Amino acid sequence: MVDVETQSILVVGGGMTGLTAAIEAAEAGREVYLVEKNPYLGGRVAQMHQYFPKLCPPYCGLEINFRRIKNSGRIHVFTMAQVEYVSGRKGAWDARIKIEPRYVNEKCTACGKCAEVCTSEIDNPFNYGMDKIKAAYLPHDMAFPLRYMLDPSLAKSAEGQTVKDACQYGAIELDMQPKTVELKVGAVVWATGWLPYNAKRLDTLGFGAYPNVITNVMMERLAAANGPTKGKILRPSDGKAPQTVAFVQCAGSRDENHLPFCSSVCCMASMKQATYVREQYPDARIYIFFIDIRAMDRLESFYADLKKDANVTFFKGKVAKIEQDAATENLVLRVEDTTAGSLNMINVDLAVLATGMQPNTSVYHQPTFAERDDYGFIAAQEVTPGFFAAGCCRTPNSVSESVQDGTAAALKAIQSVVRR
Amino acid sequence: MDKKIAVYICTGCGIGESLDVDQLSTLATSECKASVCRNHASLCSPEGAQIIKDDIANEGVNALIIAACSQRVMYDVFDFEGTILDRVNLREQVVWTHPAKDEDTQMMAEDYLRMSGARMQAMLPPEPYKPEQEMSTDILVVGGGITGMTAALQAAKAGYNAVLVEQEAELGGFQKNVSKNVVFPFKDVQANEIETLAAFVKSNDKIKVLTGSKVEKLSGGPCVFNATIKQNGSTSDHRIGAVVLAAGWKPYDPEKLDKRLGYGASPNVVTNVQFEERAKSGKITRPSDDRALKTVAFIQCAGQRDPQHLPYCSSICCFTALKQAIQVKQQDPKTNVFVFYQEMRTPGQGEDFFRKAQSEGVIFVRAQAPEVLASGSKVAVEAYDELLGDKILLDDVDMVVLATGMVPATAFGEDYKAKKETDETEKKSELVASVDSIFVSDILNLEYRQGPELPELKNGFPDSHFICFPYESRRTGIYPAGPVRRPMGVSNAMEDATGAVMKAIQCVELTSKGLAVHPRAGDASYPEFFMQRCTQCKRCTEECPFGAINEDEKGNPLPQPTRCRRCGVCMGACPERIISFKNYSVAMIGDMIKSINVPEEYDEKPRILVFCCENDAYPTLDMAGLRRMNFNAWVRIIPLRCLGSLNLVWIADSLSKGIDGIMLLGCRHGDNYQCHFIKGSELANIRLSKVKETLDRLALESDRVRFEEVSITDYAKVPAMLDEFAEKLAEIGANPYKGF
Repeated sequence: MVDVETQSILVVGGGMTGLTAAIEAAEAGREVYLVEKNPYLGGRVAQMHQYFPKLCPPYCGLEINFRRIKNSGRIHVFTMAQVEYVSGRKGAWDARIKIEPRYVNEKCTACGKCAEVCTSEIDNPFNYGMDKIKAAYLPHDMAFPLRYMLDPSLAKSAEGQTVKDACQYGAIELDMQPKTVELKVGAVVWATGWLPYNAKRLDTLGFGAYPNVITNVMMERLAAANGPTKGKILRPSDGKAPQTVAFVQCAGSRDENHLPFCSSVCCMASMKQATYVREQYPDARIYIFFIDIRAMDRLESFYADLKKDANVTFFKGKVAKIEQDAATENLVLRVEDTTAGSLNMINVDLAVLATGMQPNTSVYHQPTFAERDDYGFIAAQEVTPGFFAAGCCRTPNSVSESVQDGTAAALKAIQSVVRR
Repeated sequence: MDKKIAVYICTGCGIGESLDVDQLSTLATSECKASVCRNHASLCSPEGAQIIKDDIANEGVNALIIAACSQRVMYDVFDFEGTILDRVNLREQVVWTHPAKDEDTQMMAEDYLRMSGARMQAMLPPEPYKPEQEMSTDILVVGGGITGMTAALQAAKAGYNAVLVEQEAELGGFQKNVSKNVVFPFKDVQANEIETLAAFVKSNDKIKVLTGSKVEKLSGGPCVFNATIKQNGSTSDHRIGAVVLAAGWKPYDPEKLDKRLGYGASPNVVTNVQFEERAKSGKITRPSDDRALKTVAFIQCAGQRDPQHLPYCSSICCFTALKQAIQVKQQDPKTNVFVFYQEMRTPGQGEDFFRKAQSEGVIFVRAQAPEVLASGSKVAVEAYDELLGDKILLDDVDMVVLATGMVPATAFGEDYKAKKETDETEKKSELVASVDSIFVSDILNLEYRQGPELPELKNGFPDSHFICFPYESRRTGIYPAGPVRRPMGVSNAMEDATGAVMKAIQCVELTSKGLAVHPRAGDASYPEFFMQRCTQCKRCTEECPFGAINEDEKGNPLPQPTRCRRCGVCMGACPERIISFKNYSVAMIGDMIKSINVPEEYDEKPRILVFCCENDAYPTLDMAGLRRMNFNAWVRIIPLRCLGSLNLVWIADSLSKGIDGIMLLGCRHGDNYQCHFIKGSELANIRLSKVKETLDRLALESDRVRFEEVSITDYAKVPAMLDEFAEKLAEIGANPYKGF
């Protein structure tokens, strides 16, 4: 007889790769458990303003994927959840999932009454802390699942009760505790993705010290209509429109002292962000400081088009140091021009560091048996029979490659549980 | 189906405070003919849902109208087996976007309930399509290179039979001529394992290997494909479930290269492909006289990243050059090896391989336009070294290796559309959508009305939504993989093959249950054609974005339901309105329009009908609600499966009904189209422009109809768009047909 329990698939990570793996497997008839650390699905792409090279919103594709989840009925989603422990063998894995308290249960209708009465605020994690949000909040406008949550500080405070009383649906549970779920599954897809490299470690580039040095992921939020500036790209120091913007490539990547590998997407990401600036400020000047522009396959035409833009200067050279003019908070970039062998000082209003992709597997200890490469990636598709790594925890990927990887991992997972 | 209609009105989330629910209930039992109508303060709560379940069990209701929140939320709560369901979006698109206790808000809610009632009357439960023929789940893999072999093997491992077609006498494709490889995670060169893979494939009893063969004809559709395969002069027919297209690539023709690269001027100037042939034969030597190599120069981007040749980057040539450079170095460390590159492209852990080459002593020269000076066996390379800031001349080069790029096999052959236009004298359809390029590359030989191969997107690669859904071609059940889809190397191609097989398996699993594939995966409805009224106008067969409809010699459509994606573009195209789904039809939407209560002119309550794409524009409007943004209350919204399913008769219905303005909200079209059905929004826009011409002729202001492109994140803009249109209509004045 078929043992249903050992045919199910656990997908860890609800970003582009994990989402894809889960949906592809479910649409082929498999039961899937999808575990996501954030309170919503979509991962890093949920925080992107647009995709390169089409300059289209990620939510267009995500909405279809969410509808596929709704229609399949075979995907069990756990948000705010992490795998604490996983072990076993092909066809028989035990996984322990820890679910952090959301303080809001499934009765939530997303009516927003809790946020309406709530007065306390927190740094908005979705916008990398660039603005404040109520401590009772929807993670973001297009969050899936569409459900509010409370910050733990609110749940434990006196205001928590006021907020709870405002909910007509009994959705708020101030005493919600972390929960543990034990799962038995037949195969595991590990797709825990990446985190932006900590730009504060690039001590010569001034991130954290100078407000007008930001990172590429922050730039995505600045350009997004639901970002901290409602989509206007403004200097953090004074809210002014930047007239000169520098993109500093390989901020940490291809650097033996930081991330020795190439993060694959930062060239395209910066060029895409250059178009955000160009669209908002037709007179703005843009510098892109690079080692090699890596615009693979058809993406080359995006690069070719941008090179034609007279306001965009591609500058082959490494930014050695960023300093700030104390009076204006403008930035001075010291750049070694490898082409001319000269040293240049370039003044800009805003500098965007193209910080790289660090694999989450380099900082999270699970699964212990999966060997990491020198950089913390699980650099193998099949880690051990029945356990597969995919997406940016395996190698730095673009969105399209993550979908490719997630789709392939879904098949591998299915193969490992077939006819058991 | 004997329908017993029940209407459930939720009064939660502000609905009860905003609307006169009693009046809605009265309307439900009168106009919507509901036998049961109930309200609840929180219909999505377990208690609320229980009321509905009880009515299904005790009252026998089976046609449910739930007037509450958007269909996009609480989908799991409002899911009752054996019933048909319609959701009325009172929350996001009525009370959250309009003032409470307002006459216009109430009228809007009432209209939506009426429209739902009309829809419910017309709706039937879909019955999954079952073809008459026996269905197959076998996977046809076209191409026996590394991608195709991997695909066949992966399909077999998942329990499916595969038929592998390879045109050459032996399996292996391009890789069988390659001596060494570099694969993920790109640490070092290694032995090529293509022979091992071929042996696995040949010994797998689930794989039927047909070498020296080609697909002569492919007809039918998913699960009922008939593949006629010609092998050694004889043909055989195979019933196929889905197809993986792994036809691979051809090297860019070096004869076409710029003369400055020296190809043809000396035997010592070779391409990276010719290098492989030499390396495979053993020792790598100087081509002209087989002498040991002292100096070798690799020149990158030969005819690539160049609008005169290949405008794209072939992605793998940097890796290939590094690999070949290391091979030369490992053969003899004393050989001087130079790589002239514009941009070194070794993403991810590939950076390690770049360092590996450096540590082997390969010298890298960054130069934009190196020149090869060749005559006879003497070769030199001249370049401007950007790092030195000076011109360099590399003399006495024994061999120059040019990095030529990859051209997908689908990019060869003449353009089908161009050919057809010259062949046929028939008048072109008045409806001109953007023309698809299909190259007659003699790979699949589809018996499809729209052409024999997959349509290309760009540069001959046959994909469509390459960011979000990279395996989707525009022919259902045919999934391109490997370098035919995108330039890629060995590791990537193997992974790609695996992904494509996943899609193929999904396709046969869904199709064999009578369900649609992406993007409406799981949809059981399909279009049915009432042929007695067909006028053979061919619009449906021409406009289907997926080539799902063939044609007989008289011009009658021959629908192939398993090829259909259920977007309804054919339904929108048909002037005779003969194409319908059980739960989606021209008449159904027409009835919804007719159900709208249009006040008389002197009431000064104009009406605006909005047809919107349910995938992007509709969620945008929901988001506007979530943010409590306000928009004009004259608006009535009808979501469509795709804007391409818009039938022009609805515009006529609306205008003759007295509706003052019609707006279409669709996805971006053109080069960077976002329409999930490729051409839906473009076609809707074209149809609308035809209407505009007619309106002008009838002296009915064409500004009454408008098309707007909306993306899913435009929710901050959409309310203003609707308001502005309402103002424009106020200027124009009331629809003169009002009240007639």
